[in-house]
Amino acid sequence: MTMVSYSEAIRQAMTDCMKQDPDVFLMGEDIGVYGGAFGVSRGMLAQFGPERVINTPLSEGSFVGMAIGAALTGGRPIVEIMFMDFITLAVDQLVNQAAKLHYVYGKQARCPLVIRAVGGAGRNYGPTHSQNLEAWFCHTPGLKVVAPSSVEDAYTMMQEAIYDDNPVIFLEHKLLYPIKEDCILKPGKTKLAGSKRLQKGGDITIVSYSYMTYEARAAVQILQKQGISVDLIDLRTLHPLDETIILESVKNTGKVLIVAEEPRSCGISAEISSRIFEQVYDYIDAPVHRLTLPDVPISASPSLEKAAMPDRAAIVRAVHELCSK
Amino acid sequence: MKEINDKLIDDYTTMLLIRCFEETVDELFTTGVVAGTVHTCVGQEAVAVGASSALQKTDVVTSNHRGHGHFIAKGGDIRRMMAEMFGKADGYSGGRGGSQLMADYKLGFMGGNGIVGGSIPLAAGMALRFKQQKKSNIAACFIGDGSVNQGTFHETLNMAALWKLPVLFLCENNLYAMSTPVAEGNANTDFAVRAASYGMPGVSVDGNDFFTVKETIRGYAGLARSGEGPAFIEFKTYRFSGHSRGDQRLYRTREEENTWKKKGPLLRMKKYLIQNDVITEDDDRKIKISVRKKVQEAVKFSKASPYPDKETLLEGVYA
Repeated sequence: MTMVSYSEAIRQAMTDCMKQDPDVFLMGEDIGVYGGAFGVSRGMLAQFGPERVINTPLSEGSFVGMAIGAALTGGRPIVEIMFMDFITLAVDQLVNQAAKLHYVYGKQARCPLVIRAVGGAGRNYGPTHSQNLEAWFCHTPGLKVVAPSSVEDAYTMMQEAIYDDNPVIFLEHKLLYPIKEDCILKPGKTKLAGSKRLQKGGDITIVSYSYMTYEARAAVQILQKQGISVDLIDLRTLHPLDETIILESVKNTGKVLIVAEEPRSCGISAEISSRIFEQVYDYIDAPVHRLTLPDVPISASPSLEKAAMPDRAAIVRAVHELCSK
Repeated sequence: MKEINDKLIDDYTTMLLIRCFEETVDELFTTGVVAGTVHTCVGQEAVAVGASSALQKTDVVTSNHRGHGHFIAKGGDIRRMMAEMFGKADGYSGGRGGSQLMADYKLGFMGGNGIVGGSIPLAAGMALRFKQQKKSNIAACFIGDGSVNQGTFHETLNMAALWKLPVLFLCENNLYAMSTPVAEGNANTDFAVRAASYGMPGVSVDGNDFFTVKETIRGYAGLARSGEGPAFIEFKTYRFSGHSRGDQRLYRTREEENTWKKKGPLLRMKKYLIQNDVITEDDDRKIKISVRKKVQEAVKFSKASPYPDKETLLEGVYA
């Protein structure tokens, strides 16, 4: 066991796959000498050369499209979107091309593509460098959307995303990058799996993903000391959504809190909430509770940004409120 | 000599097949036999066939919304193409794609596209892959005059030139982006200079002359194949049909259409073949009859094909 950070785990997964498979390569802005805005691909240019670590001009719409073209002809590109906010420039290529070509060309086309999208607030980067836009892509049949919350998952799921034959939006949260965990990273070819129970408990279910799962884990520790036992479920794969474990958990606890760093309307938390009402309504003892961002742009000011984001304290408060019902 | 003449007759036959297929499709949609919309390429046959004649089998082609001609020229099975228009199970996409979204990956026809400019980076990405694998294939990207104002056009031309990718941008300028004349959508209507500004060769040629099309593409394909990088070629042409089903063609005059019809690619090809004793009038008639028969068979095949089973609706969303 060694201490590995979330960003090192992603780099390690990409490196391991590139060593093994000549079809895997990187594209993105400033991923070369600079190593990516957050240093995730640092050192990879020297290791693999410019043919496989392709430093691109600022043309998201077209370098994502080129990655799709390469994927359709047997490549396994990994594209970094420096800030997820910039993915807006590539939406046509992702929604109208990558997501649909397998279906609309009668299953001939395969598009094994990974889009590494760096999302999330918490670093005071302002309204257009802090968004989580994953819900848009969950609304697009044909795309997979995943969001690892731990170092081990970052490694394993990156590997799984690379070897998946579908376009995968891989959501990375900037606040997770420096987080270190003691773990062993095992190369392998497992398939992308769904939701995972991180902690078993009987009083209440918490469902979350990405950085919010990190906050939820901290909240669970606090709640445990207070005698509240939480069933904590990390979504990991946001689309297609794996609801089974969530529904089972809610059947058992009767109470659920969903924590998602996304605008409140029409998002992942709303989807989960709806599925709970549709499928296990008889089992719930209290209305589904959601902690999300309000429907507002993320501010640059630290105080306003903090006011928008759910955190461990908010989670603890919400659990107390729910458990008192 | 016989070999050369046979190839010419083959290419002329393919042009006639495209014409007959498109006129038949047009009629099927106009009369409501087939539902939805369609974009035909009547009048633009020389570009599709000139290109396929110049390219190699192992080269790949991407297309756009007006892509039936490109597909037929690349060897597409017109029965499965027609069945796709009908939304039938035997269609290339099993009824999922329709007129604009058909592909045959085995033939290297990488598909039509419903988004103008959508296929431009895809083609460059395929070329990038050829380059990474050190293959001598090239990607040919068919686009129209409307697409030169999309962001993907400018972004991709820049990157293709920057990385010397083996891709050819083949722009069919039929003078109208749907209804908007080229001069109303472009401050500078000289498209070739756009290519030059990205550091790649750009030329403009007569797109209704099969020989000009073929020789121009062959030249630039050779350069791309040998690592010299991409090129942009504009083919001046004209679609005799409307933009899509239901187009009343209010934006242009019948006189203009008639002028272009006299400069049509099939008339010119036929004239050349007869003047040079490659075919006789009688041969021409026979070819046209055989082509019509093939298209009629495709229609019959499509009518007989079943609609896709509703049970299969959700199949194929993921690989």
